[in-house]
Amino acid sequence: MTAPTAAPGSGRSGGGRTGGGQPLLDVAGLTAGYGASPVLRDVTLQVPPGDIVAVVGANGAGKTTLLRALSGLVRPTAGTALLDGQDLLAAPVEHRVRAGLAHVPEGHGVIVELTVDENLRLGGLWRASGRDLRAAVDEVYALFEPLARRAASPGHQLSGGERQMLAVGRALVARPRLLLLDEPSLGLAPRVVADIMTMLRRLCDERGLTILLVEQNVRSALSVADHGVVLHLGQVVATRPARSLLHDDALRHAYLGF
Amino acid sequence: MDHFLHLLSSGLARGAVFAVFALALVLIWRAARIVNFAQGAMAAATTYLAFAVTTATGSYWLGLGAAVLGGAALGFAVERGVMRHVAGRSPLNSVIVALGVVMVLQAVLGIAFGNDYKPMAVPFSMEPLWVAGTPLLSPYDLYVLGAVAVLLVGFGLLFTRTSVGLRMRAAAFAPETSRLLGVPVSRMLTLGWTLSAAVGALAAVLVIPTELGLNPHATDTLFVYAFTVAIVGGLDSPVGAALGGLAVGVLLSMVTGYLGSTLAPIAVLALLVVVLIARPSGIFSARQARQA
Repeated sequence: MTAPTAAPGSGRSGGGRTGGGQPLLDVAGLTAGYGASPVLRDVTLQVPPGDIVAVVGANGAGKTTLLRALSGLVRPTAGTALLDGQDLLAAPVEHRVRAGLAHVPEGHGVIVELTVDENLRLGGLWRASGRDLRAAVDEVYALFEPLARRAASPGHQLSGGERQMLAVGRALVARPRLLLLDEPSLGLAPRVVADIMTMLRRLCDERGLTILLVEQNVRSALSVADHGVVLHLGQVVATRPARSLLHDDALRHAYLGF
Repeated sequence: MDHFLHLLSSGLARGAVFAVFALALVLIWRAARIVNFAQGAMAAATTYLAFAVTTATGSYWLGLGAAVLGGAALGFAVERGVMRHVAGRSPLNSVIVALGVVMVLQAVLGIAFGNDYKPMAVPFSMEPLWVAGTPLLSPYDLYVLGAVAVLLVGFGLLFTRTSVGLRMRAAAFAPETSRLLGVPVSRMLTLGWTLSAAVGALAAVLVIPTELGLNPHATDTLFVYAFTVAIVGGLDSPVGAALGGLAVGVLLSMVTGYLGSTLAPIAVLALLVVVLIARPSGIFSARQARQA
């Protein structure tokens, strides 16, 4: 497998951005869960603009719950989350996309009964219609050519890789500032995973997108991310530059199982 | 042959109304996964509204308009006021609550209007037109078929060509994902109920004059047949509702004409049993299994 085009810290034009300045997403003391016992405890993390932050950890560490709490599908019991300085947690789920948040959920969330084109249009309906919407959808077709060829196909006819592409493309139609991605590599061949990771890096470098990525596929995720956050039993146990996490054997053995 | 053609054409006219009433059931099922058992009683209530308005103004069309608008308002009120608060728990809850709505509506109608049959005015003659020596459809049947065709085409366009239709379909198939994409899912649900009740109101106003007349229970058999149609066609298939409605209408008409009216309900139940055994999700329900 070839290495992704952009290794952390290399080939980035605006490397300085990560140092100072305000983070795009600022999460502090976030506690959330289902029922009495919290799945997520006192989570604090920052995502600088234009960066990819990968949240890694074993199954059940609370990765998905973190994203669901940010997009509002789970109600946090404590803590704050600011998107570009504005309180994210106050808005209802369907309004958070207006604040610039797009969440590609676990299992991609493609609506398989709708066509590729309908899925894409749905992503931008909240902000545009008619020609504006068409232009945004066509932009995604230019970015992901396999989708353009299948515009009229219903979602259930797509391959796993195409579905993931569609899910990310649909999120892009909303022109988000922050993209939350839940296990984009799940169930995909290594080759396809590498393509997707490369594409995510490009979206950040060329379009200024910011990504909070949750992954079980630790190597792939850390190889494109700028920063890594290790989540263990709902708590943050390490926040480091991605490369240093990838090379910290003790930490990897203890929390990531390889 | 003449007899057959007559039965076929009158069966189609009656079936068209079943199709519309079944479509109303399908609209709510798709949006909320609830079978609206109160739909018959709600349609009876709005038909009384049509009756009252027509009696007061002398205009059939004002009565029809009042029924459709009143249906929309009633659908909105039942969803916001009652159904919303019991949804999401056991599916049985919404069934029981819907039956409660039926009892309240029928009791109120009985108190307000009495339990006797009221004759309803119609805008066109119900005498069949004779074509080449055969009695075929009446002008009223043609009016019913036309109204149903306009309605079905309108809904087809709404769902496939408009943003609202796309939002409604998305909200029905994948509510959580739709919310992440900014679709106001709960408003789509209310809209589904509102449209459904308006459609049910129209169907009742069309069919009740062809039967015994208006009574608090006038829509009971309509509901039973439409429910059968929706199950036969597939509860989430608008096309299934339309074709299933016509099929059940023709079946009823044929059995009544050749075997006698007492056997008609049994024939419909037999059809229901056969479909439930052979294809439990309905003939036109070809949906892929959803992934979580």
